[in-house]
Amino acid sequence: MSEFLNNLLFLPESASTFAERVDFLHHFVVGTTMVMSAGVGLVALFMFFRYRRRVPAQTTEYVVPTLATEFLFVSVPLVFFLAWFGIGFRDFTWVTTPPKDAMDVYVMGKQWMWKFSYPEGPNGVNVLHVPANRPVRLLITSRDVLHSFYVPSFRIKMDALPGRYSQIWFEATKPGTYQVLCTEYCGLSHSKMLAEVVVLPQEEYDNWIKDQRRGRLQDRQDALADTSLVPPVARMVEQGQVLAGTQGCLKCHSVDGSQHIGPTFLGMYDRVEKLDDGQTIRVDEAYITQSMMDPGAHLVSGYQNVMPTYQGKLQGPETAAIVEYIKSLRTPNVREGASEGPAYDPIQ
Amino acid sequence: MTPSSSIDTAGAAPHDEHHDHHPSYLVDGTTIKSWLLTVDHKRIGLMFLFFILLFFLVGGIFALLIRVELLTPGATIMDAMTYNRTFTLHGLVMIFLFMIPAIPAVFGNFMLPLMLGAKDVAFPRLNLASLYIYLTGAVFMLWGMLNGGLDTGWTFYTPYSTHTTTTVAPVMFGAFIIGFSSIATGINFIVTCHTMRAPGITWFKMPLFVWAIYATSCIQVLATPVIGLLTVLVAVENLFSFGMFDPARGGDPVLFQHLFWFYSHPAVYIMVLPAFGVMSEVVSTYSRKNIFGYRAVAYSSLGIAFVGFFAWGHHMFVSGQSTFDAGVFGVLTMLVGVFTAIKVFNWVGTVYKGAVDFKTPFAYFCGFLFFTVFGGMTGIALGTVSLDVAWHDTYFVVAHFHFIMVGATIMAFLAALHYWFPKMFGKTYHEGWGLVSAALIILGFNATFIPQFLLGNNGMPRRYYDYPERFQALNVASTAGASLLAFGFIIIAMYLTYALLYGKAAGKNPWRSKGYEWMSEAPPPTHNFVGPQPTFPEEPHFYVDPKKAEVPDAV
Repeated sequence: MSEFLNNLLFLPESASTFAERVDFLHHFVVGTTMVMSAGVGLVALFMFFRYRRRVPAQTTEYVVPTLATEFLFVSVPLVFFLAWFGIGFRDFTWVTTPPKDAMDVYVMGKQWMWKFSYPEGPNGVNVLHVPANRPVRLLITSRDVLHSFYVPSFRIKMDALPGRYSQIWFEATKPGTYQVLCTEYCGLSHSKMLAEVVVLPQEEYDNWIKDQRRGRLQDRQDALADTSLVPPVARMVEQGQVLAGTQGCLKCHSVDGSQHIGPTFLGMYDRVEKLDDGQTIRVDEAYITQSMMDPGAHLVSGYQNVMPTYQGKLQGPETAAIVEYIKSLRTPNVREGASEGPAYDPIQ
Repeated sequence: MTPSSSIDTAGAAPHDEHHDHHPSYLVDGTTIKSWLLTVDHKRIGLMFLFFILLFFLVGGIFALLIRVELLTPGATIMDAMTYNRTFTLHGLVMIFLFMIPAIPAVFGNFMLPLMLGAKDVAFPRLNLASLYIYLTGAVFMLWGMLNGGLDTGWTFYTPYSTHTTTTVAPVMFGAFIIGFSSIATGINFIVTCHTMRAPGITWFKMPLFVWAIYATSCIQVLATPVIGLLTVLVAVENLFSFGMFDPARGGDPVLFQHLFWFYSHPAVYIMVLPAFGVMSEVVSTYSRKNIFGYRAVAYSSLGIAFVGFFAWGHHMFVSGQSTFDAGVFGVLTMLVGVFTAIKVFNWVGTVYKGAVDFKTPFAYFCGFLFFTVFGGMTGIALGTVSLDVAWHDTYFVVAHFHFIMVGATIMAFLAALHYWFPKMFGKTYHEGWGLVSAALIILGFNATFIPQFLLGNNGMPRRYYDYPERFQALNVASTAGASLLAFGFIIIAMYLTYALLYGKAAGKNPWRSKGYEWMSEAPPPTHNFVGPQPTFPEEPHFYVDPKKAEVPDAV
């Protein structure tokens, strides 16, 4: 039934858990829309015929609706619309909240290609390999203008914004190859900014990762693409560690928990911090990225706004590598609570 | 002044005698200067009509170029850069130069004072100024288009619009100037509604077209300053690298989207509310019935105008805005749908126990009803947050807004043009050709955009020059529909031009309408009403037999 309706509505094959979840609502909403417009049309046609004019200057009765009629006019659509919204918003919350065990892939759009990086090391241009039946969280950013990452078969889409990360997740259900399209207009070759998601069974995926880490560059599917964009294969964490040194992060941030000008990287990821204005914030990928690009935007209480911006100094993959490095320094036993105050006593 | 034609019997037609003291506004002054410097709302309306039709033609040619290009994947008739410019200019011309001013500036200007029993709008000179402000803005935009054109899409999303090498600044500046025209017209209409209603016309006896124009004017006055501010910011950012929306300089591209849609979502109602108003008049006239649920229709115009301001975030569900925001904007979007549904049900209810005369404007009413229900409900579908994730920025959205915003507005514009043609020009058009072209246009419109709904479901993103092979069949179908649509418009242009030149005299009220605007002559004299100030004891569209009891039936 669902297959039939999908074909009727030209919906592409549904190949993710989210697609299976929303397709029912799609059929329900589009079906009701068609029934309603046909219904209103038929009632109108019937009335045009039934109440056709018989004399040129015909007079008519003065008809006004009762309160009950008007109530019906308001309540029936309202009930339908709110029900759809309720179901739709529940699913939207679901697709914007990645499960905890999701595998991370960093996605960077640039005019006019997609680049994928895995915390385990390999990078890919325009081909994203993922295992089937495993949640995958995409952390999406852009190097230049806005792009949007869209996989019709998964029914997912998320804009790529320069200077920050947005996220969405999916769990592919069937091994296969699925097209990725850019849906935010990004210039001359917008329509050529295509990529694909290759969904592999778990074992094949593991083998693929191993091959990639062995550095068989000549066999890589994206080897024909612009290889100058592919940095040497190294674990993102290792790249991040090197970058944290070369970019000067470690001049102010320690990695062993000791206090310094900035907060220590140790155990920083996923901590909840208190801001100057009394709000709290969770230190996630988005917040870390923002703090690198616009350090003063959400200052954790007790710290001075002294960090320089790294906007333009770090490229998308470098930012991702540093984020991964900070995530790797996550130790559950250092400190649980929010930061208590400044790291050093200023000279009197 | 001595009446001359009563002496001069040689060449004068019989009706000249009758009109001698009060010539129609069309012939009261025949010099070019008497048109260009007129403060008569009717002449200003006609001049707007001329330019708006001109820009509709320009936008329509761009549309056809797009459709021809999309016949095949890859290059068909133009390169990618030309295509990107073409769809941008199609959007800009159609929205800023055609649809926003279309109904308010032409029919609002012409009919509002007539419907209120006034001699003119409250500020006639401001009214003329708004025409010239509009033309100045249009000149800037055209100059920008001819000198390179821009390729940003009509949405001007940053940071692309601040980085592109094409001519953004003059076009943005043109849009900025046109905004002032929109604000001036809005203020003028609001003041006219408040101060110039004739004796007998209380707020709840105003024709529903006036209510719709009033609600539209409120949106124009409140929302347009925001787009004005925004166009200036983008132009300045483009020229001097301001950094407002550029993350590299501490700016935020999403801020742009919030500001843009804060105007551009209400702007949708600037386009479609007047269309709703026109249809309320048309359905009353041709079914000879008072509007079923007059107050509900009037209030829902205000409701749409109000809630329309708080739904902008539904354009940004996948832009990185928070999940909570998405929820709030989603719910508010549903309310707009409810207000529209009230109107639809009441229009259908108006036909109940009526006396339908199936004339050309009524044919457009049928098309309008379908486009509004289908287009409106697909809007609700898009507001259903999870479904928008897949549909966002695909052809489904393109088809949806062409149905509700363009379809409804075009239907109303054509209905108004036919319904008020005898009023404006005193001539009649050929009814048969009218019905034929209406059928062609409604059919062509569906044939153009229903394939686009399916394309969107299938996953084709908008603004694509090249597309994967699997989308071709539906694209060809859509282009075929567009040519049907174009054919319909050509027929209209031909028979209306013919009617304008050689049409039979229409008489004062060819539709026997009891709308207030039909109480004066057709075409009306310069000051609308001859003799003492007319009064309006009956409500508009009151078709009850005077002999019958005055107790209304309730259903």
